[in-house]
Formats: sequence, structure tokens, C-alpha cells
Amino acid sequence: MTRDETILAVKDIISTIAPDEELVGLDTAVPLRDQIELDSMDFLDIVMELRKRYSVQMPEEDYGELNTLDSCADYLMPRLEGQELKLQNA
Amino acid sequence: MSSPPYDTIIIGAGMSGLAAGIRLAQFDQKVLILEKHYLWGGLNSFYKQAGRRFDVGLHALTNYVPKGTRGTPLIKLLRQLRLRHDDLRLCPQGHSLIRFPDCQLRFSNDFEELRQEVGERFPDSRDGFARLIQLVADFDAFDPKDTTTGARSVLSEHITDPLLVEMLLLPLCYYGSAREGDVDWYQFVILFRSIFQEGFARPEGGIKPLLDLLISRYRELGGELRMKSGVRSILHEDGRCQGVTLDDGAELMADRVLSSAGWAETMRMAGQQLYEQNVDEDELGRLSFVESIFVLDSEPKDLGFSSTITFFNDAPTFEYCSPQGLIDDRSGVIASPNNYLSDTPLPEGIYRLTNLANYDAWRSLGAQDYISAKQGCVNQAIEVSKKYGIDPRPHQVHQDAFTPCTVERFTSKPRGSVYGATRKRLDGNTPLEALHLIGTDQGLLGVTGSMLSGISIANRHALVPHQAK
Repeated sequence: MTRDETILAVKDIISTIAPDEELVGLDTAVPLRDQIELDSMDFLDIVMELRKRYSVQMPEEDYGELNTLDSCADYLMPRLEGQELKLQNA
Repeated sequence: MSSPPYDTIIIGAGMSGLAAGIRLAQFDQKVLILEKHYLWGGLNSFYKQAGRRFDVGLHALTNYVPKGTRGTPLIKLLRQLRLRHDDLRLCPQGHSLIRFPDCQLRFSNDFEELRQEVGERFPDSRDGFARLIQLVADFDAFDPKDTTTGARSVLSEHITDPLLVEMLLLPLCYYGSAREGDVDWYQFVILFRSIFQEGFARPEGGIKPLLDLLISRYRELGGELRMKSGVRSILHEDGRCQGVTLDDGAELMADRVLSSAGWAETMRMAGQQLYEQNVDEDELGRLSFVESIFVLDSEPKDLGFSSTITFFNDAPTFEYCSPQGLIDDRSGVIASPNNYLSDTPLPEGIYRLTNLANYDAWRSLGAQDYISAKQGCVNQAIEVSKKYGIDPRPHQVHQDAFTPCTVERFTSKPRGSVYGATRKRLDGNTPLEALHLIGTDQGLLGVTGSMLSGISIANRHALVPHQAK
């Protein structure tokens, strides 16, 4: 998966768990929490959805890596290597 | 013979069970919901009669906030179930009233309106009301340190005018107190926010479209639902729940069971010994209601009833207790679904009247007496309530009524206690491992509250990350 695809994968998960949020125009360098409403329960859903779709096991101490879309990409790219992008909201 | 095990079995296809089921099926659990009745919805179900569909319990969905309101229970609920606000097709209320003989307070989904009304009618209590709002804002109702304090004592500390205390308690007791004479302070906080600070709405078309949405979402996710499947007993060994036995004798195994059947009923299913050790019959709720539903040939507002909900009390003080006789006609709730703001008017006028009722008194009646008592109580209730609403009888084209016995029969709530046991089990734990309580007796009430109950217990006990697949 490329960096753009990785970001797309995360955004697709967010639009699955938060269908009312507008994700167009998100700044990849700004914390997600500052741009859309996500609480800790929602981040848990992102973690579980990553596990479900891509078998990524994310230990609790790594949850901070989901802070921005850029940090998501940094963290997930090596872990999603060779995997197909799976979109539910294409 | 045992079938292959489930990850989670849920007892009851009411709001809490369906929400928990969706939550677990979202993460690929093998989930089974068992419902003993032939319809889903539990306390928020529907029924058909004379070619019409009636909602059982729904006067209002509380916690209404418009789309995009951050951090409130309704928005969290939608998020957890991955629903859009628009999916619920919520029609907000116009206004509602709290009416006592010489005073009325009007409120709406704009909390400022109530604050102003209180300020005008009770100038001496203006500061006290402001302090109350601050107390409510500061209180962590979802992790209360104290669940025994009653709201009356807290209110009386801050509000000097006793009539205002009564008026504030009236709607909050009627819409969610399992306790006689009062409402737990932490429940008061939840109800104050959900009724006064957030507000009322009605799903377009009543409860059925909302239930249809939940059921279809659950099934799309692979969840299994079995109707007419009562649970005879809960299986357990060495203190750990292992599954259930159905009324037909079939044994179903599961890693865990979530029960919305109430504390006493759940313990009864777990066996005589656990029941005796853990059920205090004094904690079974005693509060139930009689509700009459009138179908009218006109819009209620054209007959003089224009509020969405009117809470009335025909005396200076409000007694929220199981009455001596069949019903207590001195106070009640009048609701008209026609008076929600909707682009699609209802085909007929609907006027619903609810009064406190005594389960034992209804239970003791024979079949013939029961029917005539129902009609007698309806007439009696109208005589008082018409001062605060209308007399619907001259315009009635159909009428139905339900009693505490009806509630007990269709919802398995012992004694027809709509709001369940007086003692709530906020952590959802039971004496058995892997058996957890959801719904009314866990602690959250109403359509929104019970769905949040199912979600929060599913998250906490059935979906912590190391257990999710």
C-alpha cells in the first residue's frame, strides 16, 4: 500500500464508524480530534477495525500513533505492506 | 445435543439487546439474540389492532439534539451503532408543559425557555435554579460515587420554593424513576439533561421504523435473531456462565450471556439458589402504569391540546407512589404524537393518557371485572386530566388501554414495573462470571438510555480489545 492508500484506508475506516462526519479537506498534519469529533471509544473502534480488515494488532501503548493522518501513515505503512486496500465507503 | 457455541448470547430483543447485538456483530462475533415474544422491541414495541399500529411505550425519544451536536448521548449512540442522524428521521417536539393547579412551566428543546419560565414564575428561586444547573453540569452521572441520595433532598437544599421542586420532579419521575416518592439524584441528573437540556423527538412513523432499522442492521452484520424463544435457565459451572437452555429444552452454549430480563428474572433463570442469595424482593420495582390510547377524528390541537407532552398534577404536592386503588388519577402524563414537528401529518389524531397504577389491585381482578375496571379507570382518569388536556371521548373513533398486567405479560417485567428494580447494577456484573446485565435494571432508561446500556456493557464486558477477534 502506498502512503496515499494507507491514508485512504484510515479515512475509510473513519467514515464507516462516523458516517455523519465530513472527511473531505482533512489536514493530514493536524490531530484528527481537532478536526472531527472522535472520542476514546471511537479510537478503540478504529483499532478494532484495523484488526478486522488488515489484521493489524495494535497494542494500547501505540494508540497515540493515530493522532494525525500523517502519524497513522507512518505507523501503518510498514504494517500494511503487501496488503490490498479494502474500502467500504468508496 | 449442543449446537456450536456462540461468542455471545443476548436474552431479549428490546432496545438494549438489539444495540448490544449490533455492536458485537460489527466486530464479527457470532451473536444470537433470543426473544420470548413474537415481536421485538420489549418495552418499546408496537402492536396492531383494528387495522392500526400502536406504539407500546413511546411517548418521546429523549436526549434529542440536532445533527452535529457534539459529545451528547444521542450522538455517541449513533456513532457506536454507525448510524447517521438522518437515519432515525427524528421529528423534534413543539413544546411541553408541566401543569399544577395554579402554575405551569413550559419547556421545549431550547433549554433557555425553561430557564426563563422558572425565572419569571419563581423569581426567588432563580439563583437556586442556576446552582442546580451547575450541580448537574459538574456531576459525573455515569460513574456516580453515591447512588443512594434522593433528588428531593438535593433540590430542597438549593431551591427555596417547594412548588418548583415538585414541578421539576413531576416529569423526571414519570419518565424514569424506579423509586417511589423520589428519584435517585444520579438518575435525576441523567434525566434532567436528557429531558430538559437536550429534548424530545419522535422517530417519523413511531417506534417501528427505528426497530426495523436496528433489526436490518443487525442481520446485515450476520447477527442471528430467534423469536418465540424463551430462556428456561442459564447454564453455569464453577461460577461461570456457559450458555442457556431454551423453553423447548435445547441447550445453546456461549462464551458469555448478556441478559436484559432484569435482575430478579435473570437470577431466577440462573437457579433457585442464586435467586435466594441475590434477589431482595423489596428491591423489585413497584411502579407501574395504566395507559389509555384514544384515536380521534380530529387533530388534538384542533380540539385544544397543542403541547407535545403535558405532565399534570392536580394538587400542590406530587405523590409518585403505587396507589391504594387501581390508579392514581391525581397526576399523569398526556402525550400526542401529532404534536411533533413533522412534514408528514399522522393519518389520525392520537391522544395518550398515562396514570400511576397498582399492580396487585389489577392482578386480583377476575376476567370480567378486569375489563369493566379498565373502562371505569379510563373514565375516572379523564375526569381529572381533562382540566389539563381535553376530554377525548366525544371525538374518539377507537380506544385501547393497557394495565400493569399487560406490561408484565409482554415484557417479563415482574409486577409490570416499567422502570425495573429500585437498585440498579451500573457495572452490569452478576454473581456469575460471563453473565452480565443490560437494559432497565443495569441503570439507563428510555429508548436512548437502554440502547446506550446495551452498548456500554457490550463494550466493557464483551468487546475489550484482547477479546475481539
